[in-house]
Amino acid sequence: MSPLLEARHVSKSFGGVQALKEVSLTIGAGEIYGLIGPNGAGKTTFFNVLTGLYPRFAGEVRFAGEALDLGSPHRVAQAGIARTFQNIRLFGNMTARENVMVGRHPRTRANVVGAVLRSRATRDEEAAIRRRADELLRYVGIAHHADAIARHLPYGDQRRLEIARALATEPKLLALDEPAAGMNATETEALKALIEGLRADGLTVLLIEHDVKLVMGLCDRVAVLDYGEKIAEDVPAVVRKDAKVIEAYLGG
Amino acid sequence: MSQPRKPWLGVTLVGIALLLAPLVVGASLGNAWVRVLDFAALYIMLALGLNIVVGFAGLLDLGYIAFYAVGAYLYALLASPHFGVHWPAWAILPLGAAVAGLFGVLLGAPTLRLRGDYLAIVTLGFGEIIRIFLNNLNSPVNITNGPKGIAGIDAISVFGHRLSKSIDIGGFTVSGVMLYYYLFVVLALGIVFVGIRLQDSRIGRAWVAIREDEVAAKACGINTRNVKLLAFAMGASFGGVAGGLFAGFQEFVSPESFGLMESIMVLCMVVLGGMGHIPGVIFGGLLLTVLPEAFRHGAGPAQQALFGKVLLDPEALRMLLFGLALIAVMLYRPAGLWPEPRHRREMGK
Amino acid sequence: MDIFLQQLINGLTLGSIYALVALGYTMVYGILGLINFAHGEVVMIGALSSLTFVRLLENSGLPGTLVLLIGLLLAALVCMTLGFAIERVAYRPLRSAPRLAPLITAIGVSIVLQQLAMLIWGRGYHSVPALLPAGRHEFLGASFTNVQVVIVVVAALTMVGLTLLVNRTRLGRAMRATAENPAIAGLMGVDADRIISLTFVIGSALAALAGVLVSANYGIAHYHMGFILGLKAFTAAVLGGIGNLAGAMVGGVLLGVIEALGAGYIGDLTGGVLGSHYQDVFAFFVLIVVLVFRPSGLMGEKVAERA
Repeated sequence: MSPLLEARHVSKSFGGVQALKEVSLTIGAGEIYGLIGPNGAGKTTFFNVLTGLYPRFAGEVRFAGEALDLGSPHRVAQAGIARTFQNIRLFGNMTARENVMVGRHPRTRANVVGAVLRSRATRDEEAAIRRRADELLRYVGIAHHADAIARHLPYGDQRRLEIARALATEPKLLALDEPAAGMNATETEALKALIEGLRADGLTVLLIEHDVKLVMGLCDRVAVLDYGEKIAEDVPAVVRKDAKVIEAYLGG
Repeated sequence: MSQPRKPWLGVTLVGIALLLAPLVVGASLGNAWVRVLDFAALYIMLALGLNIVVGFAGLLDLGYIAFYAVGAYLYALLASPHFGVHWPAWAILPLGAAVAGLFGVLLGAPTLRLRGDYLAIVTLGFGEIIRIFLNNLNSPVNITNGPKGIAGIDAISVFGHRLSKSIDIGGFTVSGVMLYYYLFVVLALGIVFVGIRLQDSRIGRAWVAIREDEVAAKACGINTRNVKLLAFAMGASFGGVAGGLFAGFQEFVSPESFGLMESIMVLCMVVLGGMGHIPGVIFGGLLLTVLPEAFRHGAGPAQQALFGKVLLDPEALRMLLFGLALIAVMLYRPAGLWPEPRHRREMGK
Repeated sequence: MDIFLQQLINGLTLGSIYALVALGYTMVYGILGLINFAHGEVVMIGALSSLTFVRLLENSGLPGTLVLLIGLLLAALVCMTLGFAIERVAYRPLRSAPRLAPLITAIGVSIVLQQLAMLIWGRGYHSVPALLPAGRHEFLGASFTNVQVVIVVVAALTMVGLTLLVNRTRLGRAMRATAENPAIAGLMGVDADRIISLTFVIGSALAALAGVLVSANYGIAHYHMGFILGLKAFTAAVLGGIGNLAGAMVGGVLLGVIEALGAGYIGDLTGGVLGSHYQDVFAFFVLIVVLVFRPSGLMGEKVAERA
């Protein structure tokens, strides 16, 4: 499997606190890769470094064979990494469709002049954006909410909408930060099916999750972070039996 | 953001109303009131420009009037005896839009990283700096003529006719203020058009996304710095055009017209009307131009009639009621008088 | 050198007043995250109402300093009531409203106070009687008055007192807890509403003090004196790092000194191109430069990186 993402010796500290210590990991194209660990282990910090929110860090990240510019989030999105947030961050007062349409931003080009004159190219592009947004809403199963205000959607559907918006940026790697948080068993099951479907469609998925059962059942490989360090990385069956992992979770 | 197509009937009625308004107002209330309508149109342009910055992109700008000042002084310098230059209005106005837009970028570039309230105070400071410079750039080289302002500015000409002069159409006299009215309304409609088109576009969505959640907007691949700068530049350029029109209309500019209170007034139009909602902002602009004026004319005589004498200074009373109205509207309708239907209860964050 | 020293003294005086007013802004901002735009007007009300009380007592035969003190106390009462009322009426109902709503009501309150003051005290400038023993001192070629000494000393004492209050008392702890997180402070038994009211009341008392001092310094008071003073003080608070008491003091003094030195030297620095009427530009220019390079102010905590 060719690597899609290679993180090498990524470290990040806040003030004196070392949140990530020399974390290296490789995610293969088409994998579902899980990142787990106890609270405060540095999972979200790693996500934030990877998506350009923390421009100051040590280490290097290569993506699709090239050095990834982590200087700002929009360049990361442009390069093909999309993410969701642990505490859902939708554009609350926009409709579900508009949320997804915003996700098309890095793949479209209409500028002010085009928008004002509504040139042929702009109209075509706008129609395509809308079409794609509706497709994605259908894909994640919330087409019936297309015109609803995002913050009025039920919780599970907000999570789905966030995924649809991320997909709209045409990522190669989709990074999901605790997508199952706050979901009931049925919703989690549906989410699992959705993620498997994404992979079947050729996407690589990086998953942070607390729900160990979900991670073990879904991921091809899992890395475990503890106190900012990677203490294990393997297929779920092996990680599950790793002494250090068991200690990290039970010993805490 | 797409709205259902307005029935043609509505558009036609609004068109007729706009066309007849100055004639009716002029005949019934006199030309002084047509002049008020002229100002209403100018303020609506300003409010629509600020709406892009505050309403769409959610950037609190308390120094917006500076761009109005830039447009006005540019016109004053290029079409008055002050330097003996007399450029035509159609050349100055686009230049004014461009220069004001440039000022918008100059202000925005270093400050856009700042959080909301800090941005507010920096823009406020910027507005004051511009005003202080206008006030003092009369020495050692006399550029702005200082606090005295620049007088004798050329009136705006359209097809070789000076709008300050009345015109006879089949025995019917259309006064200068009415001619200005029509020009301003046409330009204001143009700005409304641009505003609506932008709102319904990729750029408009990016602005609103930034307002709603900047981090999420970045994660969606929006270059938030550039898109914010664009909002600043667009808003500023509308202000620049309105400023140029103001200078040509008044034929006089002085720093007094560009104080912080003016910036606050325009902000109030946007917020009271309904941030981010173009019809609401237009309504806000109209309301805050016409009502205070009506009050200015009505308060003295009303007191005379009620109490037999003028008890309270009408000017102070007018501002007092304005302040109370601001408080009352925000307490009872925090999203404005005419908000976008869907966020009646919330605006921005 | 004597110009330098003279301007430094003037700047220190002015800066002490900015600092007192800035404390009011910074306390409210720290606890509510709100720019209390009306604070400058409270300063103005403090100055004018103390003047009214002083006028009433002027011929009572009491010693001048005592008259001034009584005037100050009464004015402080007026301002404290006012501050309490402003928070209740214009800010409290909007605590969960969008961010711009309380800013607009603040502007509204500011306009109302200014116009009320104009109706009560008129449009004119009022001369403030000199109640402190007059006196002028020479120091290394620069001179300063008793009033200036009093301003600096009173301001310094107030700041020490306030710092002790916030850092050493139960009330102070409750204030800090509320600023940190009102909901959690509430769970811990802190009555957040009461703390917020008290913050406004304390800030308004400081405003009254600042109003009395500033009118004593210039010898005049008028209904629109609060606006530019408030603006400068807010600038000072932001300069120092808003929400931070020590920052407000440092920002205030610094701004005062920069302005005074700027006004004194701008002519020489620019070869006479720019004159001292650019004094006000300095304040804003410094503010912009500081914020661009240190967005959280000189003493503000670094804004944590957050996802």
